[in-house]
Amino acid sequence: MIRTVLVNLIRFILLVFIQVFLLKNITLYNLATPYLYILFILLLPFETPNILLFALAFITGLTIDAFYDTPGLHAAACVLLALVRILFISITVQKDGFDNEPEPTLSIMGFRWFLTYALVLTLFHHFFLFNLEAFNLSQIQYTLSRFVLSSLFTVFLMLVSGLLFYRRKERK
Amino acid sequence: MRNLLIFITKYNAFFLFLIFEITSIVIYIKYNSFQKATFINSANDVTGKMYTRINGLYDYMSLKEVNDSLARENASLRNQLKSSFYVDTVAKHKVADSVYKVQYEYTVAKVINNSVNHSNNYITINRGSKDGIAVGMGVISNGGIVGKVVNVTEHFANVQSMLNKDTRFSVMLVNNKEIGYIRWGDDMNPHKGLLMDVNNNAQPRLGEAVVTSGYSLFPAGIMVGRLTDLHPKGGGISLNMEVTFSVDFTKLQYVDVVDNKFAKEQEGLEALQKKDD
Repeated sequence: MIRTVLVNLIRFILLVFIQVFLLKNITLYNLATPYLYILFILLLPFETPNILLFALAFITGLTIDAFYDTPGLHAAACVLLALVRILFISITVQKDGFDNEPEPTLSIMGFRWFLTYALVLTLFHHFFLFNLEAFNLSQIQYTLSRFVLSSLFTVFLMLVSGLLFYRRKERK
Repeated sequence: MRNLLIFITKYNAFFLFLIFEITSIVIYIKYNSFQKATFINSANDVTGKMYTRINGLYDYMSLKEVNDSLARENASLRNQLKSSFYVDTVAKHKVADSVYKVQYEYTVAKVINNSVNHSNNYITINRGSKDGIAVGMGVISNGGIVGKVVNVTEHFANVQSMLNKDTRFSVMLVNNKEIGYIRWGDDMNPHKGLLMDVNNNAQPRLGEAVVTSGYSLFPAGIMVGRLTDLHPKGGGISLNMEVTFSVDFTKLQYVDVVDNKFAKEQEGLEALQKKDD
């Protein structure tokens, strides 16, 4: 229990640092901006209670907002992400399997499941984020291309970090 | 009542979602419409200090460019000094007199946080109310205009950058003094802006300089950019033109905050006139 809290706390701090001091300065062709910090919400343990999950998503969003000067924007997108996460997991994972599969990481759940999971959740988050930021239908084409390319970039970074911390032994 | 409780616990995810989502959207919209100083921004104590620290690292990596630009600015300043000495010694003498009052005062500040890839970009600088910075002051750098101050804390200030959908400044073409306003372009390119609402009689030329008109927060004649396209799409009864900014927002390091000493007096006078109407 203590270990899980500690691991997630370190993961949170690390991801926020990477997002704010490194990825914030990266934009490919003026279009693709990665938002890797949502990996923290993706990797929370399966057994996290709903209220805690939403609260953590909200706090994560607000933390990023504080650095990005956009109060509420990332928080709103993260809360939506938490809802999609709950729905996705309730559809694809059986509840009694939680004992031997504590966290939805790449090494535990396998490549195919994790790719679908990361892709679906990232698409929802980014779609909401970019449209709420633009809040304007006149540049919809531009917003959509930003959304698609940024999502691909984010998912790519998620897979890279998943493979980086891959542990073969955990897979049963 | 019991059924209601069962219903709520069964779909608790959805209700929790509603609560948090509404909270965050309220925060978002409130901040956007009033530009209020909330504690969730990069000028508060924690984030401001962290940015200052990490910025030290970035500074180190761009020392060479900063040195170059400082040397260039030094050279141009020295040129001005010399010419003013030789051309009119009489006028120079008078400056010490009280004939001229200082209208614009400049405070140098360091950029500790900057972004160029969002639809509304802000810059955080390391000067605040302690150093005489107030909301509404203009910000320039040695290349041209940068933006205006929107939030101030004791040690930091937020600047709404030129790269922001809501930023508009009055500018003019340098040759025939035709007035228009400048805003950021639609395609979010950090180097391009749009010059809007210029009179149809103006005869702009490609490469012509665009400078501030003096109707805004800035002294007249401060460089904004150069015309690079005379016919971007849009426009109708007036001319629209594409401008390439002279400031490279992606590499901003030091800026000057402009304090117009007569701004209050001018505002008061204009408010008086409105009341009369």
